[in-house]
Amino acid sequence: MNKVVALEEAIAQIKDGDVVMVGGFMANGTPEKLMDALVAANIKDITLICNDTGFVDKGSGKLVGNKQCKKIIASHIGTNKETGRQMTEGETEVQLIPQGTLVEQIRAGGYGLGGILTATGIGTLVEEGKDKIVVDGKEYLLEKPITADVALLYAAKADRAGNIVYKGSANNFNHVMASAAKTTIVEAGEIVEIGEIDPNEVVTPNIFINYIVDGGK
Amino acid sequence: MDKVELQNMIAKRVAQELKDGELVNLGIGLPTKVANFVPEGIHVMFHSENGFVGLGPAQGDEVTDPTIVNAGGQYVTIHPGGCFFDSATSFGIIRGGHVDLTVLGALQVDERGNIANYLIPGKMVPGMGGAMDLLTGAKKVIVAMEHTTKGKAKILRECTLPLTAKNAVDLIITEMAVIEVTPEGLLLKEINSAYTLEEVLAATEAKLMISEELKELA
Repeated sequence: MNKVVALEEAIAQIKDGDVVMVGGFMANGTPEKLMDALVAANIKDITLICNDTGFVDKGSGKLVGNKQCKKIIASHIGTNKETGRQMTEGETEVQLIPQGTLVEQIRAGGYGLGGILTATGIGTLVEEGKDKIVVDGKEYLLEKPITADVALLYAAKADRAGNIVYKGSANNFNHVMASAAKTTIVEAGEIVEIGEIDPNEVVTPNIFINYIVDGGK
Repeated sequence: MDKVELQNMIAKRVAQELKDGELVNLGIGLPTKVANFVPEGIHVMFHSENGFVGLGPAQGDEVTDPTIVNAGGQYVTIHPGGCFFDSATSFGIIRGGHVDLTVLGALQVDERGNIANYLIPGKMVPGMGGAMDLLTGAKKVIVAMEHTTKGKAKILRECTLPLTAKNAVDLIITEMAVIEVTPEGLLLKEINSAYTLEEVLAATEAKLMISEELKELA
């Protein structure tokens, strides 16, 4: 088993109009080589799903800076002024979702759940248009699953089968997004042979991963 | 008092609320400073919403590990015994009631403990990030903020901005006062001796009940 491919082959999996999930939290744990290649390929009309849109020149914000997104689903866009500008001027649709809800919707999408129930957002603008369900006397919002065509992730280390290990706080959305897309591409800081990662240390199982690209320097 | 002194003073008072063994999440800005004033003999663990517990001080001028950032994107450290996890686990910790205390700033707070701190329509639309989950899930919520903004009251009868959460706030700590949110309304518990009671009341739009044991804010 060898899922390692050239950057060009990985990017060829993405087409105009795709729904694309990108891992990372303020660009910590975002696959920068994949972002640069996606900018270079100039794939358009992307629906971008990410925690935040990073910065104009860093993380998934590069796609926003290059005006490649028609819609953005995120929990926070405050660190990327270009996202705010595109939203205010009506160029790009932006949907803001509480962070804990967003990650659970993605998890639901990947794990075959019909949605999740959360009390987060009750009594706020977030509850508008959503079903409320009472369980044991407590009110929850029904939040539906989210899936994508492609997930673009970053890992500190991957073996050729796609077993993933993260480092520091760079896991964040990566592990959850791995399960929720039709095609999952991981940029790995280090690629090792099968067997070199102790199965006990694997965080994201290889079965979620389709392609690996070399993110080493 | 300049702004830094004022913020430090508020952060120091918030830190006195920390109890030994608590898991604590600090918001960006003023709340982050609470970590500098943890009282001696009190050991708390800080939670970082982007995916770890055991959050330590900033890395300093030289970045020693670019893989570790806090929720503000600042390069930080992790204490021995801490651990990293994914965002679903992180928000499970928050939503599941495993965070004992969160300290957040606010644009407005009102008599029912409602809080608005993420949206000024047409003006400031950064998104709620993890704030709604923290306000919903943390066992205790302290709002740490300046009492007024440009002379305008922030502690109101009723919030006018879109809410981040309903009935969520337990305690409000400012440079002027410590105010508890009770089922009957806001209870003024401590007052900074640099201000008179009249000054505090004038700077607060909400109705304040005054504690029979009103203390000096120290």
